[in-house]
Amino acid sequence: MPELISLRINHRLVQVAYGTSVAAALMQQEAGCRISVTGETRGPLCGMGICYECRVTINGVPDRLSCRIPCAEGMAVRTDE
Amino acid sequence: MNSNQNSTFDVVVAGGGPAGMAAACAAAGTSRVAILDENPELGGQIWRNSVHALESPLAQQWRRKIDERNITFLAGHRIFAAPERGLLHAEGPDGFSEIRYNHLILATGAREQFLPFPGWTLRGVTGAGGLQALVKSGLTVANKRIVLAGSGPLLLAVAAYLQQHGAHVLAICEQASLSRLAGFSLALLTHPGKIAEGLRYRGALSQVPYKPGWWPIMAHGRKGQLRAVTISNGHRQIEISCDLLACGFHLVPNLELPALLGCEITDHGVSVNALQQTSIPGVYCAGESTGIGGLEKSLIEGEIAGLASSGQYERAQALRFKRSHALRFATEMRRAFALREELRHLCQPDTLVCRCEDIPYERLNGHTSWRAAKLHTRCGMGPCQGRVCGSAAHFLFGWQANSIRPPVLPVQVGTLAGTRTIPHTNHSLQ
Repeated sequence: MPELISLRINHRLVQVAYGTSVAAALMQQEAGCRISVTGETRGPLCGMGICYECRVTINGVPDRLSCRIPCAEGMAVRTDE
Repeated sequence: MNSNQNSTFDVVVAGGGPAGMAAACAAAGTSRVAILDENPELGGQIWRNSVHALESPLAQQWRRKIDERNITFLAGHRIFAAPERGLLHAEGPDGFSEIRYNHLILATGAREQFLPFPGWTLRGVTGAGGLQALVKSGLTVANKRIVLAGSGPLLLAVAAYLQQHGAHVLAICEQASLSRLAGFSLALLTHPGKIAEGLRYRGALSQVPYKPGWWPIMAHGRKGQLRAVTISNGHRQIEISCDLLACGFHLVPNLELPALLGCEITDHGVSVNALQQTSIPGVYCAGESTGIGGLEKSLIEGEIAGLASSGQYERAQALRFKRSHALRFATEMRRAFALREELRHLCQPDTLVCRCEDIPYERLNGHTSWRAAKLHTRCGMGPCQGRVCGSAAHFLFGWQANSIRPPVLPVQVGTLAGTRTIPHTNHSLQ
């Protein structure tokens, strides 16, 4: 079995398999990624870095494409709330 | 490669999917070759690596071929400008870089065609290939109830993949009618490899209802999360409760980079001749970006482009029959999976078309061009730069997305700042 990685999604501790993207981890939790211009919570759409729906704040840096970034030990992910 | 490093290659291949890999291998015997790709690994979308491993033998074979040759792979590089002939500006993991080439092969691949319908912005509605990519990157779908909808062979491939990973695929709704698909099945008789592929999916999916002539008309949710989808065949409607709805209306070529370089583009993709040469001297194009046609077409076009760009014209011409065979298949496929008229009328007035700027259908309807719609509504001017809504608007309203200006992608401000420090003295190349 692949090793587990611990990260925080909105301050909640979550464990995922090594290699899991941040977008996949967020979808697993049914957590939204960003809030749209008119206030809808959005999740990943294209899964390949084109649609920009999966933008989140990672380790304090806003607007990262979560589908292209693998989860890392100790990572802090914050979604729009 | 270090930032601000100036690198020159005989052949630069933009895109590391099947077409790009085949092109690089064919050219590498005689030339100094580099492949650039936005992703960390070669393979494109179709051969994307999975955390669950188990890659297709063909993908492994091509990866080995690349490894055996002296090919530079510039991973994580996004080309955002082509300021002059023979020069590309890219943003990589280490910042900005200038890449010079004598010959350029565009193998930019394709993305999914998305179409707006009420509820398509709910969480849990994804692309079909999009959902597969997410599962490959670790999303668990075991025991999830999933409906696939849209069009094209990808729906079957994705359904089989999801099923293998424990999902309950409740239905595959193919918008093309049964009669269209029957015509396509006949055409397949001249492509035996495709039949085997189809039978394999059919076998894996024997328990899953395949519904030709059905399409999604509304996704229903609670608190922004998908709960069900209503599908229709024009006469009847069925509501299906589901956890995920994966929708892809076949594929559209990635044309931003070819357009930026000034290549002539037709309805189906970049115009090329039998040697894969575009209208711009020294620039070739291969694979899905010349027109959607699948893996075989990508590999053969890539090989031809690689051979031709490195001066091996006879070997390139020897592949012309294989090429026309693959092109015939592409034409048959295009006919079979052409999008039906009803899909143009799924939007309610308040259905969002542009997801970046939240522009509803009613604000777009009535404009006469993509440009006018952009100027008046900001449609297509968000971070995705119209990659999702542009092709949807093209289908809904018939507008062409005709103006590409650098940067073709959102880039870090530092990268753009970095480009200013480099003098552009080589105008004589023009």
